[in-house]
Amino acid sequence: MDYIYSLIAESYKILFLLLPLLTAVAMIVWLDRRVWAFVQKRKGPNVVGPFGLFQSLADALKYIFKEIIIPASSNKIVFILAPITTMTLALISWAVIPFSEDFVLSDINVGILYLFAISSLGVYGIIMGGWASNSKYPFLGAIRSAAQMVSYEVSIGVIIINVLLCVGSLNLTDIVLAQEKIWFIIPLFPMFVIFFISALAETNRPPFDLPEAEAELVAGYQTEYSGMMYAMFWLGEYANILLMCAMGSILFLGGWISPIDSYPFNLVPPVFWFILKILLLFILFALVKAIVPRYRYDQLMKLGWKIFLPFSLTWVVLTAGFLLYFDLLPKV
Amino acid sequence: MIAHAFFFYFFSFIAVVSAIMVTVSRNTVHSVFFLILDFISISSLFIMIGAEFLGMIMLIVYVGAVAVLFLFVVMMLNVAKQENTWFKSSTNSAHIPIGLLVGIIIFFEVIIVIGGWKYKPDLSSKIILSDISNTHSIGNVLYTDYIHLFQLSGMVLLVAMIGAIVLTFRKRDGLKRQSYFKQLSREREDGVSLVNVKSNEGIKIDD
Repeated sequence: MDYIYSLIAESYKILFLLLPLLTAVAMIVWLDRRVWAFVQKRKGPNVVGPFGLFQSLADALKYIFKEIIIPASSNKIVFILAPITTMTLALISWAVIPFSEDFVLSDINVGILYLFAISSLGVYGIIMGGWASNSKYPFLGAIRSAAQMVSYEVSIGVIIINVLLCVGSLNLTDIVLAQEKIWFIIPLFPMFVIFFISALAETNRPPFDLPEAEAELVAGYQTEYSGMMYAMFWLGEYANILLMCAMGSILFLGGWISPIDSYPFNLVPPVFWFILKILLLFILFALVKAIVPRYRYDQLMKLGWKIFLPFSLTWVVLTAGFLLYFDLLPKV
Repeated sequence: MIAHAFFFYFFSFIAVVSAIMVTVSRNTVHSVFFLILDFISISSLFIMIGAEFLGMIMLIVYVGAVAVLFLFVVMMLNVAKQENTWFKSSTNSAHIPIGLLVGIIIFFEVIIVIGGWKYKPDLSSKIILSDISNTHSIGNVLYTDYIHLFQLSGMVLLVAMIGAIVLTFRKRDGLKRQSYFKQLSREREDGVSLVNVKSNEGIKIDD
């Protein structure tokens, strides 16, 4: 009986995490398009609903009622599994994100490793989609994407080590609580910049959107997808972007901690600050999309392996040396 | 306890079935997908016995990196077209004796471990009795008692990596490389020159 009760309670909690999350993903797509449009002095989607807020809803309806076309020569099971994998992996990583000190679905000891593991699994949705389509452009796009994501994962891993050296715990709540005195963006600012750029590459955002570079590869791994299956790729991608923003705000911007610890700011619920930081990072993501031209593929690889990796590794040695010399290493 | 047992048998069933499917499935790419499923269910088993760090590292290293490279190679070599003929062919495969040998060695290794042979008998008590987290206890053992073995395995991996690069490296001639320094330090005088051209004679541009 206890099991059934806890099962229902957990499902309730999961539902109350997923529904706002999916709504947020839909809204964030709108925000992305709006920011992009404003940078280019356009209006962007502003017709459906107030300020065009219901644009994503209308798009979703359109996708649901479109026919799903499965290519005859594709590998059908893998073809259908690919968008499901992308979407599932994008959603399950939210289980460990702490929205405030006591508002977290699962407060596991190795939270940051879980996030890292799930984001490294994200590449499978793309590889499966590209391979199962049995077509040139999707395959090339998937190969590019896999190489890109694996390369930038390495530098993200090293950046996480930097933060963990200062915290001494893999638990996400501990990582946020360690920033009560000073946010890690101040001592580790270069790492924050590299994390941001790597996150752009990891989520296939411009200027690193080579897997779907429309001038070369039609739409990369999504070429053969249509209707709801395409929409699932697309939702998964945006959920991943939000996740990267959440990760950035937990690792560097102090999660739910309010920027000023004094009277009027203390009254605001901590969740508000966390969401504000995610939105701030997301607007940065959207701005980058609008103002930076696309990278060439060899430059992308050079940036990842020859510049970011050595730099962040050097920074690990520096951080460790500094903490050791001034006896600041976290005690177990 | 029932739920625990249920999930244990669930994951181990998936692990065993997908391990069999790796060898049986006709399509090589499908084999790699089953291998990934196997890794994931084994890491779930690790997490279930409380070895959460090991489970996550297993996911990151094997599923996130190694299996991606497997998939890469399998897809690029286009072996997807070659179907697995293991269970179809009437002739004996040459790989069977080697496979059997490896299987027997692994079998005896498992027997040694199950038989209770320990490298350091006091180690498990040291880990289990302390109430620090899994990650800390691994770090405490790995970087103190086993530091030499740890560094040795690091060296072996480094040598393997250098070996792989040396084996596959080929120097190509006539390759144009971009040099940021050269590009940025280019002055106007290097590229542009003003020439007085006499009419009806033209000019020869040296190249």
